[in-house]
Amino acid sequence: MNYIIGAFKPPCTISITFADGKTRKKASVKKDNGQTAMVPLFESKENIVGEVIIEPMHGKKVEHNGVKIELLGQIELYFDRGNFYDFTSLVRELDIPGDLYERKTYPFEFSTVEMPYESYNGINVRLRYILKVTINRNYVSNIVEYQEFCVRNYTPLPTINNSIKMEVGIEDCLHIEFEYSKSKYHLKDVIIGKIYFLLVRIKIKNMELEIRRRESTGSGPNTYVETETLAKFELMDGAPVRGESIPTRLFLSPYELTPTYRNINNKFSVKYYLNLVLVDEEDRRYFKQQEVTIYRLQEES
Amino acid sequence: MLTDAEDEEKWLAEGIAGIQHNAFYMHRALDSNDLRAALRYSVQMLSELRTSLLSPNKYYELYMRAFDELRKLEMFFREETARDAISIVELYELVQHAGNILPRLYLLCTVGSVYIKLKEAPGKDVLKDLVEMCRGIQHPVRGLFLRSYLCQISRDKLTGIGSHFEGDADLINDAVEFVLQNFTEMNKLWVRLQHQGLTREKDKREKERGQLRDLVGKNLHVLSQIEGIDLDMYKETVLPRVLEQVVNCKDELAQHYLMDCIIQVFPDEYHLQTLETLLTAFPQLQPTVDTKVVLSRLMERLSIYAASSTEVLPEFLQVEAFAKLSNAIGKVIEAQVDMPIVGAITLYVSLLTFALRVHPDRLDYVDQVLGACVKKLSGKAKLEDTKATKQIVALLSAPLEKYNDIATALKLPNYPRVMDHLDNGTNKVMAVVIIQSIMKSNTSISSADKVEALFELIKGLIKDTDGAQDDELDEEEFKEEQNSVARLINMLHNDDPEEMLKIICTVKKHLILGGPKRLAFTIPSLIFSALKLVRHLHGQDGDAIGEEVAATPKKIFQIVHQTIEALASVPSPELALRLYLQCAEAANDCDLEPVTYGFFTQAFVLYEEEVADSKAQVTAIHLIIGTLQRMNVFGVENRDTLTHKATGYSAKLLKKLDQCRAVYACSHLFWVDEQDGIRDGERVLLCLKRALRIANAAQQMANVTRGSSGPVILFVEILNKYLYFFERGNPQITSSLIQDLIDLIKTETQSDSTSDPSANAFFACTLRYIEFQKQKGGAMGEKYEPIKA
Repeated sequence: MNYIIGAFKPPCTISITFADGKTRKKASVKKDNGQTAMVPLFESKENIVGEVIIEPMHGKKVEHNGVKIELLGQIELYFDRGNFYDFTSLVRELDIPGDLYERKTYPFEFSTVEMPYESYNGINVRLRYILKVTINRNYVSNIVEYQEFCVRNYTPLPTINNSIKMEVGIEDCLHIEFEYSKSKYHLKDVIIGKIYFLLVRIKIKNMELEIRRRESTGSGPNTYVETETLAKFELMDGAPVRGESIPTRLFLSPYELTPTYRNINNKFSVKYYLNLVLVDEEDRRYFKQQEVTIYRLQEES
Repeated sequence: MLTDAEDEEKWLAEGIAGIQHNAFYMHRALDSNDLRAALRYSVQMLSELRTSLLSPNKYYELYMRAFDELRKLEMFFREETARDAISIVELYELVQHAGNILPRLYLLCTVGSVYIKLKEAPGKDVLKDLVEMCRGIQHPVRGLFLRSYLCQISRDKLTGIGSHFEGDADLINDAVEFVLQNFTEMNKLWVRLQHQGLTREKDKREKERGQLRDLVGKNLHVLSQIEGIDLDMYKETVLPRVLEQVVNCKDELAQHYLMDCIIQVFPDEYHLQTLETLLTAFPQLQPTVDTKVVLSRLMERLSIYAASSTEVLPEFLQVEAFAKLSNAIGKVIEAQVDMPIVGAITLYVSLLTFALRVHPDRLDYVDQVLGACVKKLSGKAKLEDTKATKQIVALLSAPLEKYNDIATALKLPNYPRVMDHLDNGTNKVMAVVIIQSIMKSNTSISSADKVEALFELIKGLIKDTDGAQDDELDEEEFKEEQNSVARLINMLHNDDPEEMLKIICTVKKHLILGGPKRLAFTIPSLIFSALKLVRHLHGQDGDAIGEEVAATPKKIFQIVHQTIEALASVPSPELALRLYLQCAEAANDCDLEPVTYGFFTQAFVLYEEEVADSKAQVTAIHLIIGTLQRMNVFGVENRDTLTHKATGYSAKLLKKLDQCRAVYACSHLFWVDEQDGIRDGERVLLCLKRALRIANAAQQMANVTRGSSGPVILFVEILNKYLYFFERGNPQITSSLIQDLIDLIKTETQSDSTSDPSANAFFACTLRYIEFQKQKGGAMGEKYEPIKA
């Protein structure tokens, strides 16, 4: 029996390590089975250097038609499960065809890799980067090993960052003017603003600010849009009178945001909105939504 | 179904349970230094405060529970930052992650308190941030409590020695700015509370607002405790800002409470120096605000302040406190058209009290107040409102009490004019008060002018007021009033006869108008007062009386004469008669024969014409006889006329009994024991004989009409007269005459079975007296020897 089982077991183990794996920052990634794993973190144009170690099972010989390592950037749309769009694909040949008798180490290096998109794990879409090692074999299936890693790209401070200022209202009922200090926020930013009540004829119970994420996937008739409310932040309790101004200060750090992604490889977009909601005593909601851009600012460390 | 109150109890209990539950977990987190868990549970705990179900009272209970827990949390924050587990800046951000605003802000304030204490950031920035962020709570009750919490936790940082803001002027400015802003916001919320909810529950809400007022007031209290606020800053910043808020909020309850609060919490010295600013706010308040209470309290405080030390008095003068107050009151009254008259008067009372306490030497101030009051009252009918009347009485009594001297009040020209506005009853009461004040202080009023003024004041008592109805006049009260007037007359005195005469004339002038009822009470006093003057003049006779002296006894007697005439025409003849006799006696003392004669004539005329009642006649005749007996000015002729008259009238009395007694009394007219007295023994005997005859006649009449013997007592009485003259040495009265009379009486008593026991006793005593004289021996004993008892 052992011999039969042995026939299905891979005849060797493959491990992929990064050269600076011990010191490199890591990020948590959600795996398919729902568990989270810590994976190394890269940004675009970094050198991805490491080693692949192939260790045949004791006393076994691995025949192969060559060993290669690929760096893949993939977009996976859930409604189109199983199909990956590789927007990046780099290959390095590690070995010419031959036999492996003992443990062998292959160093590899991808220099200044263009990784324009960030890793993303959304509701309908996933964008990920993997290293894929393949041992090609005749007659039997190839032996494949994956190593995922995470990519984040940082944006410098925007040179133009206008405030958002707007007057909205319902005639003879409610007029407010709100102002957010910026239109572009980094992930650890604070939304500072003010809401002026110019006219209040309804009995307001409270007011809150929501952060909403809109993820749209696909294109044309096959567009799927998912909206999530990531934050509900109460700004005001009770009914204001005319002339009142209510301060806003919302820290973004507690929320799991990503930067805004616009039309990633024509496959998907992720946008963020601030939604100001006023609730009256009959629980009617009055709201005004406003897009803001979220970006990732290089953290000083 | 549960009632509202039960419901509320239930909600409160649930809220408390919620707080306790979360506080328990919070404590556990604190014990294990688990900051995040502590924050999580504290947020849940504070979420209980988000309820809208409780009335302010119950909400306060809930708040206090949470407050206690927050103290512990604050301690924890302090420890955490002290051991560098987390920086205060991080903490300050961390607590702001809470999604619900109310717990978030409570936590923010709590961390803010630690933040300021650590001095890592300028305290003012933190405070400014806190007070600004608190705007997020627009719900009145929750907002008030949150801001009250803010006020509470910042308090120890702002006030007291070693506060974080002490010393530096800029810092103090910031602290003041902070408190003022918090105050303004709280007041807005408080005022807004009245517009919440249903209209029909307005009363209930006003009550609830009343319960919350101290939360707002606490800010002012904190302001007053900030050490660094000096007068300039108070004047320039604090007061104007506070007043601006008070005036602009246009809410009755708030304005009343806050004005009061300002007055109570800030030092008197500041009030004095900023009086003008403070006072200008009053006319701008809502018309319904009970300004008088507040203003009164201000004036009271200032007057107490003035009394506290003499050093502060110049300050009052310097700032012209009185003028400003007076002015302000005028404006308030002007501005508040609907203010009831009682309100205005109450204000004047307060102002007057202030003036009296602070400027006791400035009578003109007092008069000014009264004048203003008169102006306010003028053009209105007499006051109907009892409260207002009471206030006027208070207004008028104040100077009396203060100066304890009516003379001062008399100097106030507006005083009587105020009195004019009282209704009759009160006017009288006030007059009585004035009189009592005079009595109490025992001041004599010593000039005719003052008397004039005084009578102007008490004219309610002196004469009938126009259109007054006497129907429901209380007899007792009336007597009391008039008696007090009578007493008052005795207090009018001046040693200078001329002035005294003037006083008397003045008094007379007023009293004469008094009408029949009053004269009887008041005239006697006046007469006696005048007679006193006469005697006084007589006493210094000779040297003092120059040529052109107005105040001669004669002149006085003329006046007296006229006065009594008035009384006689009232008619009150018996009283007039008595007074005539008194005058006659006085005139007799002054050796003015014609005058005396004149008075007697008047007395007799009255007797003849006016005294009709037989009993009154008896009394009158006895009085006449008594007075006449003491006269010594008369020449023989005049005396004869008068005595003749007297005896004549005596014999003409109706009842024999009275006749008899009057006649034997007349016997004294002929025997005056004094030096140079007339001693006409014969006529004495004549009188007595006549009396005996009348007694006999009475005896007989009794026999005829009732079949019993008449009163033996008359005989015994006559016997006593005999004995009197016998002892005085009247030669006409002999022992044999007496013996005869005794025998007569004896037979009478024996024959009469139904004898009068008192008469018998009297007779027995008389006999015993005779025996006693005999045994005593001496000249008198010998004289009595022949008489056998």
